[in-house]
Amino acid sequence: MNKKEYSEYVKRKARKSPITKNCSFAFLIGGLICTLAHGLKNIYLSFDLDERSASSLVSVTLILITAVLTGIGVFDNIAKVAGAGTIVPITGFANAVSSAAIDNKSEGYVLGVGAKMFVIAGPVIVFGLLSGAIYGVIYYIVGVFL
Amino acid sequence: MDSPISYLYAFLIGGALCVIAQILIDKTKLTPARILVIYVCAGVVLTAVGAYKPLVDLAGGGATTPLTGFGYTIATGVREAVDEKGLLGALTGGISATSAGICAAIIFGFLASLIFTGKPKK
Repeated sequence: MNKKEYSEYVKRKARKSPITKNCSFAFLIGGLICTLAHGLKNIYLSFDLDERSASSLVSVTLILITAVLTGIGVFDNIAKVAGAGTIVPITGFANAVSSAAIDNKSEGYVLGVGAKMFVIAGPVIVFGLLSGAIYGVIYYIVGVFL
Repeated sequence: MDSPISYLYAFLIGGALCVIAQILIDKTKLTPARILVIYVCAGVVLTAVGAYKPLVDLAGGGATTPLTGFGYTIATGVREAVDEKGLLGALTGGISATSAGICAAIIFGFLASLIFTGKPKK
């Protein structure tokens, strides 16, 4: 192949690789976080906790770890590589809250930390609860008539 | 107790849910915040139609840790509350079931802001 073909070949490869790379890291790191959560839950279950408490405690643990890693600046470095691998698990939700809280501290605790915490977490809670409430109403109506 | 194979499923399913989001981020103009909202709502809808529970039974943490699992928790909480309290449960169930996670995120986020100071934005 001549020079021009080669440069086109390189360009095509270069454009293609980010998504493959991004997806591989997202899969690997996202999968590892989920496996860790799965293991944590089994540990908590072995302490005689009921199913729901154990699940809640797993979320709380991951959120705590995320808040600490976000605070010491490590989370950002992992997230840069992991992409959706850290965004999609509960760690993404926790990081959105804690990084917004830390970054907006200079605006004060009420309108900085207290308000900006919810810039990304707010919509998640709003639409999650909204769709949940709609489901509840439908489920209720179906239950009444069937 | 869970079989060792469930760890493999947790890894595979959890990873796959992250890859779907990564493709959405790379191929569309969706921001991470929108992806999270879509995931939560998808979790609620999939749970409502009965499609998510089998995934949770199979993959455990692989299905409950991604934000779709947050939606699953909301939907199952709502359903149990409606069974128990009637229509009022549609309002109480979702937030009760997710209260630990939401409150932990708020409390730990606040504590983090007390302890740590943000680095200047690049």
